[in-house]
Amino acid sequence: MKKKISKLYLTLVFLFLYAPIVVLVVYSFNDSKSRGTWGGFTFKWYLELFKDRDIKTALYYTVTIAVIAAVISTIVGTISAIGIYNMKTSRINLFLNINYLPIINPDIVTGIALMILFLSINIKLGFSTMLLAHITFDIPYVILSVLPKLKQLDKNITEAALDLGATPLYTLRKIIIPQIKPGIITGFLIAFTLSIDDFVISFFTTGSGVTNLSIEIYSMARRGISPTINALSSLMLVVVLGLLLIINKRTTLQVKE
Amino acid sequence: MNRKSKYLAFPYSIWMLIFILFPLFLIFLYSITMRNPNDIKTITFTFENFAKFFNPIYINVLIRSISIAGFSTLICLIIGYPVAYLLTKTSDKNKGLLILLFILPMWMNMLLRTYAWMTILGNTGLINSLLNILNLPNINLLYNNSAVILGMVYNFLPFMVFPIYTVLNKMDVSLIEAADDLGANGVTIFRKVIFPLSLPGVISGIIMVFMPAVSTFVIPRLLGGGKNVLIGNLIEKLFLVTRDWNFGAALSMIILFIIFISIKILNMLKIDKESGVSL
Repeated sequence: MKKKISKLYLTLVFLFLYAPIVVLVVYSFNDSKSRGTWGGFTFKWYLELFKDRDIKTALYYTVTIAVIAAVISTIVGTISAIGIYNMKTSRINLFLNINYLPIINPDIVTGIALMILFLSINIKLGFSTMLLAHITFDIPYVILSVLPKLKQLDKNITEAALDLGATPLYTLRKIIIPQIKPGIITGFLIAFTLSIDDFVISFFTTGSGVTNLSIEIYSMARRGISPTINALSSLMLVVVLGLLLIINKRTTLQVKE
Repeated sequence: MNRKSKYLAFPYSIWMLIFILFPLFLIFLYSITMRNPNDIKTITFTFENFAKFFNPIYINVLIRSISIAGFSTLICLIIGYPVAYLLTKTSDKNKGLLILLFILPMWMNMLLRTYAWMTILGNTGLINSLLNILNLPNINLLYNNSAVILGMVYNFLPFMVFPIYTVLNKMDVSLIEAADDLGANGVTIFRKVIFPLSLPGVISGIIMVFMPAVSTFVIPRLLGGGKNVLIGNLIEKLFLVTRDWNFGAALSMIILFIIFISIKILNMLKIDKESGVSL
């Protein structure tokens, strides 16, 4: 009896979590514009989506910014993590505390702070400011996923390499990077996913015709429900789910190792 | 690695200075200054931006934001605690899958999750369409406080479940067994052993739900219809529409202050409990 109640409870909560998403995806294939009736299966909203010029531009900016931001923040984040790892403990704490700020601050504050920064030094809001903002909120996550891997490193191996005459750069390339690689790749994937998904910070740091998919959904949703947003949402869902499954597989593999 | 490698973090230190610390300082600066309308170059220091806030209109917005966010946090706790508890009780075989299922919504786009409820609650949404088929009158489900709270609970529930789950999962089972052996019944064990020990998780959960809930402007805009503004909407409007940056910056400082204070208070509770001092 007790078991049944707990099973029922978990099922209800999962239903609550997933029902809206399922409804959204199902409606994206509904031929009829009215929600109550099923007008048959169709791809028409997806076709309409691909014809929409605004959405195509938004898609282009979303992917471009996510790729560039993830690459830059992975490089900077990894290099910085190695630097932090070699710092004094007191310094490490100060550094990590500042590094945590973009993670714990509400997005709206981070977004506004960056917007004020760009505007007060007279940088026009647009592609470059949005990119800089994305790099800024991506790097902390890369550092936090690389640092634990560095802490697991066996210092003896590094010292052995140096004793055997390897230059520091050679040691970095041949000894350290290969060992922390799982952390670097996870960091890259997290950065990419966050970037693709971001709304609030992008919303405040962009301007003049540069939008991403989240901003596009927001401005469309303010006008009400439309089957095209359903289609767009479903597509984004598939992409994020795919990325997440990859991240999850990687982390479980790492745990097993 | 040699001693020099600590300098590798130097470029990012500069980056943090420019893109993390300096922008926050700018918000602070804007909040305590005022522009001179006659002379743009000069700024004067003032507390007027904060004084302006003590107007019943704005105080009401703040009270509404805190109560709606607080109420959503409470519902998340009530729904989320049993979920976390039941997750620890599931067999190891299913655990991984169930946890993955719980993480998934956390990573989905917030707009998407919020928009999904519009398709259900809206005037032409699922529920009303079903009512139409049954020849029943439409009901207004969207654009009210309940819709906003629903949206918050839906968006932030996983943030409550995870910290509690982590703490419960690590709990020493022998403590519960000891209480059981000493004759405590289920309710007493929960009240005197399980719940107090899970308090750090509960507090982290409360922080993780309350923080985004009190500062969001998307959920109240899409599900609340922008009628009952919350403090996040006000800040957005001040920066993007009315362009009163000084007042907007002051409100941002107030939001940061509220979050800072609530984290401090909650952490104090946590420390007291851990050191065994009763409140």
